[in-house]
Amino acid sequence: MKPAAFEYVRAGSIKEACAALREANGEARPIAGGQSLGPMLNLRLVQPRLLVDISGLQELSDFHEGDDVIRIGACITASDIEDQRIATPAVPMLAEVAAGIAYRAVRNRSTIGGSLCHADPAADWVNLLPALGASYVVTDGAKTRTVPAEMFTISAYETALQPGEILSAICIPKLSREVRWGYVKLSRKIGKFALAIGAVVFDGGRDVFRAVLGATHGKPIVVADATEIFAHQPFRGPAKIDELRIAELLEERGIAPGPARHLYLAALRRAAAEAFGS
Amino acid sequence: MTAILLSVNGRKVEGAVEPRMHLADFLRETLHLTGTHLRCEQGVCGACTLLIDGAPARSCITYAVACQEAEIKTIEGLEQDPIIERLRAAFSREHGLQCGFCTPGMLITARDIVMRLPDADERRVRVELSGNLCRCTGYAGIVRAICRVLAENRGTPLAIAPNRTRLGPAGARPPHPARDYAAAPRLLLHRIVAAKLSIFRSALRNVARRLPFSPFAKMR
Repeated sequence: MKPAAFEYVRAGSIKEACAALREANGEARPIAGGQSLGPMLNLRLVQPRLLVDISGLQELSDFHEGDDVIRIGACITASDIEDQRIATPAVPMLAEVAAGIAYRAVRNRSTIGGSLCHADPAADWVNLLPALGASYVVTDGAKTRTVPAEMFTISAYETALQPGEILSAICIPKLSREVRWGYVKLSRKIGKFALAIGAVVFDGGRDVFRAVLGATHGKPIVVADATEIFAHQPFRGPAKIDELRIAELLEERGIAPGPARHLYLAALRRAAAEAFGS
Repeated sequence: MTAILLSVNGRKVEGAVEPRMHLADFLRETLHLTGTHLRCEQGVCGACTLLIDGAPARSCITYAVACQEAEIKTIEGLEQDPIIERLRAAFSREHGLQCGFCTPGMLITARDIVMRLPDADERRVRVELSGNLCRCTGYAGIVRAICRVLAENRGTPLAIAPNRTRLGPAGARPPHPARDYAAAPRLLLHRIVAAKLSIFRSALRNVARRLPFSPFAKMR
């Protein structure tokens, strides 16, 4: 339970971090809070030659609220969001979901960007942010590009990051005050990774109606237009879910009929009930 | 080996660590502060929970090198803490421990609950405790003990949670260009010398390991 030997540098800037990652030729990993990578290192599931510490970089801990989006630095932690050290009332579910991630002692170091880059299919940010239509700012130290959340996670533990790139910020569209939402994860125990996640976000004022089925074996199932899975307009009473369509979506991801499929359906049903009342 | 400088229980500590050494091993093996316990070493059981910059954190998945300039507080450093004193009394009165293995981590988490969530009810206490595993008590005594201190503290609060303002992981510090990567030798010659030195050092360590005594025991 001790990691294999690695070298360690603290990057002085994003540019340096990207340069160090590029020079290492795929044998380096960036590390921020280490709450995902730490266990992987200790279990020797990953054995990088070099760790590039980016946790102290000021530009990665910035928070900015614009007219239409909020921008959260990649090194901002779950407890920063839980405690509202950054004020995110414009995206009201963030604080609540943050508070449900692992345990407080983990949240105090677990960064939002780190979780996204680790890309565990059952992690909360990996599944919530696509439901919010978020996008991620990715940089190689010189050039910056923006990747939509649903394109970022490619499969389990695999992201759209190219060698030498890091995730620097998360942009989330602001929601109106009329937003209705539900986020449900089913776990064996509080704080454990989810067996199934359901997320529903409905904001008539912003023309948003999205749903996510998460904690699949790969990337989350994002339904950008959730009228596809709800049998009628859900804001007129309890939501009726098109179970056949859900079954199809799960089938496409190799989730066979049986207990697992029921879990996803239950998570989505409860999320819809949270959003629209049952 | 990487040089580190941090504060442990209010004392400045300088040392040289292998980057892969986690904070709990550094505290236990190098500083002989064995109050921090280690079990799962993957962030699940909570035995190694301690305070980094006043916030509870897992010392098994936090590497010592990542704690440059951070303020660490272990259970040993909380002996005189008024909340911990109350919790200690409540834990023994309510049978909050049996073998005691989980207790240091439990006390740190319990202190955080009392200070940060003064209005917590029993359910909330149980939710907050979900990251600390106990295999003896069945938790009932621990939950009772914490609820008792919460109630005591409600009348006359002894302390409230520190208001952290810095964003980002607890313990993270802005890098010092002079000491860190920016100033690291970029020239090939420097790199060769550094590589040779590290081979020499590891050879020296191998010899040292075979000696009947530990020449580095006093090194901090």
